[in-house]
Amino acid sequence: MTSTPTKVPAAPSDTASLRGRIGDSPLRPDGTLKVQGEFAFGSDLWADEMIWGVTLRSPHVHARIVSIDVGPALATSGVYAVLTAEDVPGGNVGLEHADQPVLATGVVRYHGEPVALVAADHPEIARQAAKKIRVVYEELPAVTDGRRALEPDAPQVHGSGNLLRHLKIRRGDPDPVAPLVVSLDFEVGMQDQAFLGPESGLAVPDDAGGIDLYVATQWLHADQRQICQALGLPPEKVRLTLAGVGGAFGGREDLSIHVHACLLALRTGKPIKMVYNREESFFGHVHRHPASLRYEFGAGHDGLLHYAKAELLFDGGAYASSTAAVVGNGGTLGLGPYNIPNVQVDSYGVYTNNPPCGAMRGFGCVQAAFAHEALMDELADRLAMSRVAIRQLNGMREGDRNITGQLIDSAAPVAELLQLVQDMPLPAERLSEDEFDLLSLPGGVSNTTHGEGVVRGIGYAVTYKNVGFSEGFDDYSTARVRLEITADEPTVTVHTAAAEVGQGLITVEQQICRTELGVQRVVVHPRDTQVGSAGSTSASRQTYVTGGAVKAACEAVRAKVLERASTMLDIEPSELVLDGARIVSITGAVVASLQDVLGTDAVDETVKWSHRPTYPVDPETGQGDAHVQYAFSAHRAVVDVDTELGLVKVVALDTAQDVGKAINPDAVVGQIQGGSAQGMGLALMEEIIVTGGRVLNPSFTDYLIPTILDMPPMRIKVLEYADPHAPYGVRGVGEPPTISSGPAVAAAIRQATGKALRRVPIRPEHITEG
Amino acid sequence: MTSSSLSSSFTVTVNGEPQLLDLDNRTTLLDALREHLDLTGAKKGCDHGQCGACTVLLDGRRVNSCLVLAVATQGHSITTIEGLGTAERLHPIQQAFIDHDGLQCGYCTPGQICSAVGALDEADRGWPSAATADVGAEKITLDDSEIRERMSGNLCRCGAYVNILAAINAVSP
Ligand code: FES
Ligand code: FES
Repeated sequence: MTSTPTKVPAAPSDTASLRGRIGDSPLRPDGTLKVQGEFAFGSDLWADEMIWGVTLRSPHVHARIVSIDVGPALATSGVYAVLTAEDVPGGNVGLEHADQPVLATGVVRYHGEPVALVAADHPEIARQAAKKIRVVYEELPAVTDGRRALEPDAPQVHGSGNLLRHLKIRRGDPDPVAPLVVSLDFEVGMQDQAFLGPESGLAVPDDAGGIDLYVATQWLHADQRQICQALGLPPEKVRLTLAGVGGAFGGREDLSIHVHACLLALRTGKPIKMVYNREESFFGHVHRHPASLRYEFGAGHDGLLHYAKAELLFDGGAYASSTAAVVGNGGTLGLGPYNIPNVQVDSYGVYTNNPPCGAMRGFGCVQAAFAHEALMDELADRLAMSRVAIRQLNGMREGDRNITGQLIDSAAPVAELLQLVQDMPLPAERLSEDEFDLLSLPGGVSNTTHGEGVVRGIGYAVTYKNVGFSEGFDDYSTARVRLEITADEPTVTVHTAAAEVGQGLITVEQQICRTELGVQRVVVHPRDTQVGSAGSTSASRQTYVTGGAVKAACEAVRAKVLERASTMLDIEPSELVLDGARIVSITGAVVASLQDVLGTDAVDETVKWSHRPTYPVDPETGQGDAHVQYAFSAHRAVVDVDTELGLVKVVALDTAQDVGKAINPDAVVGQIQGGSAQGMGLALMEEIIVTGGRVLNPSFTDYLIPTILDMPPMRIKVLEYADPHAPYGVRGVGEPPTISSGPAVAAAIRQATGKALRRVPIRPEHITEG
Repeated sequence: MTSSSLSSSFTVTVNGEPQLLDLDNRTTLLDALREHLDLTGAKKGCDHGQCGACTVLLDGRRVNSCLVLAVATQGHSITTIEGLGTAERLHPIQQAFIDHDGLQCGYCTPGQICSAVGALDEADRGWPSAATADVGAEKITLDDSEIRERMSGNLCRCGAYVNILAAINAVSP
């Protein structure tokens, strides 16, 4: 380019007035649509000629499929197609292991497994027709207990042994002794993500044998890979676009309607919409693994931990999903953020005929934290030490090595976080029984007590959680950033495939672009598979990894712009700075406008960005640098417990967390509040009741989640100790609150009641019995 | 109303506009809005009256639209989230949800907002809740515990409750 640059007068930085940069809390770009009811969730999509798909699911826990007769269903007026396993052209699917058929093939392995599909012009007609499919089953012996699954004579779920993964960690003395030994067994029930917007999507066939799928999901490219596998199609024929996601929390990392809707669309040539109802949603996604935990800690009389032994058993259910990674997290992180010189951990994942379990916020650490935190309390009590002090004494610090030998090479403020929550003001004392306030008591306006039988307790818990994918996984994200002048205004378009699920990632992407390129107007491109993978919206990783990719793409765009300016102006690029809509020399003089440099061109760069590598752990010792980053949080819970009825009111739930750098401080606080609510839910009320493999409570009447009445006031302290290895120093935020909140609530109830309470959720009868 | 044994044709006012509907008698108000009137703002979280995502205003009172048969709304007036405000002039509660970030995924949000509008109106008319101290008062001021009590039928799995409370507080007189 040879045009003479316009001279722009020197002025203070062009970017000084930018709003919504890193560290600000700009409003979410989708907020206005969401409050108007105009935001299109997966369940709101519509296409001309669209028909509806439904799933027929197994009523049995384990059975051979003797025969399927689709005739009567197919003959139903309004029905377009009925499909079974025979109609699936490709292979099995699965996040980590492709062990799951798209439709049950010869055998069903859990209650609720998809067996057949129906497409009809109305969802009720499709449901009625599905009931007419005649499936003859022959029931098989089932294994529905995790420990039983490992016995040699247990029924086999896949015929290849029921052990999915065994992770061993061995460190230090193999025969450790200690003056003081405490041990316990702990059970954690099966929690559901219970996102409010059930699984939904729309598959639209093209006329060349390909398909466009609009779906609410967490990881478009993992979906695409599996759909291609199942349909036997190349990626260019399977294009995905993210539909509005009504919450995720791990439950959308595996496939749900994806392949089913595509199969029906390809068969009928019509757009297929599928939306689960609430009951089907409970069968349609993986849950948090129920876990059975055996822990033993040995310590000195000074309270210092000498050793820990732990056995963790995660019931993976009928298909692998992400069980192996959950076992990895449970094992490598399952002793909590403590320095322990001698360690023996055995973490197991098993197949059973229970519903499949996989990712949920906190991923393997949630279960373990209930056990290690209960044991730390036990140890403190035996030593007559403060429960906070014993954690501070043993807490990790930067420069320590964890139980896999990995160096903790950024902030590890365990002691400080605990101190912060301990020092927060306590809620007001409970009123006396003569001036009681019903609303503040357990049972509330049900008028179950006026304060008699009510005791207060305080509990503490602390955790650490890996951020990003671990154990050598090729964890990366891709970002495309484009800078151009539109309507006389510099405009950035940012395009990633990272799923926005409500956490506010698209706001963060805008903030990073504004900060890096000094441009106010940042347009967020719809999320789809036309750009490279962003990896999963899980593991608290997107601000770190996709944030890193967006930052890198902005840097590439900036370099390109300066290269162009350099050629045009004949000044070295290193002597030029991009300052909003202007190019400035290093002396501060404005030498060109962005308009001059770009003209009508756009600078458009795509960057694939990875965090530093992680490594598999040693198969015998479990030693290795398994994780890329750790995030720490602590909670203090205050509860009132009606000891006669077993009712609990959480009076306060206070927390402190190190987030490295708060890119969007308001969104950080929102994540902490929401994550804490889910952890509290597991401690008090949330469990999918599975008896003999059967789910007994697939509804919001019987599966309870916290309401606004259950949610106590929260004091939140956010620390920002930058991680020097991460973009902007960020540390993942979303999961730690879900891990440390529940154990703090459980500890508070134990303190109030003096009961051991070795199982969550803690139900009223656990408090009142014995 | 003309009727067959299975369907009815009737008129209902939705967001100020009269609508003539001809529907299977078993159609819920929620499905009528979403599938027949293209008003997808009200959400289906459970279809069983357990979550509040489908809350709309029926003659100004909040209802779970999944529990109301559409045909029973004949002659009545429905306000959905789409009818509360415009992009240029949001309803004060809508604006407060934005300002206080009273949402994450946003799936519960239309129901929360309609419910909050209904709750404010109930308080203004002096309708007591289980949390009301003076049940004889002409008007009730919504403090935190009143808001919590009156909003306890609207689940938010993202746990945006603290900010939902702040948003409603900001509008409550
Ligand atoms: S959809 Fe109506 S209350 Fe849940
Ligand atoms: S914002 Fe997601 S359910 Fe409320």
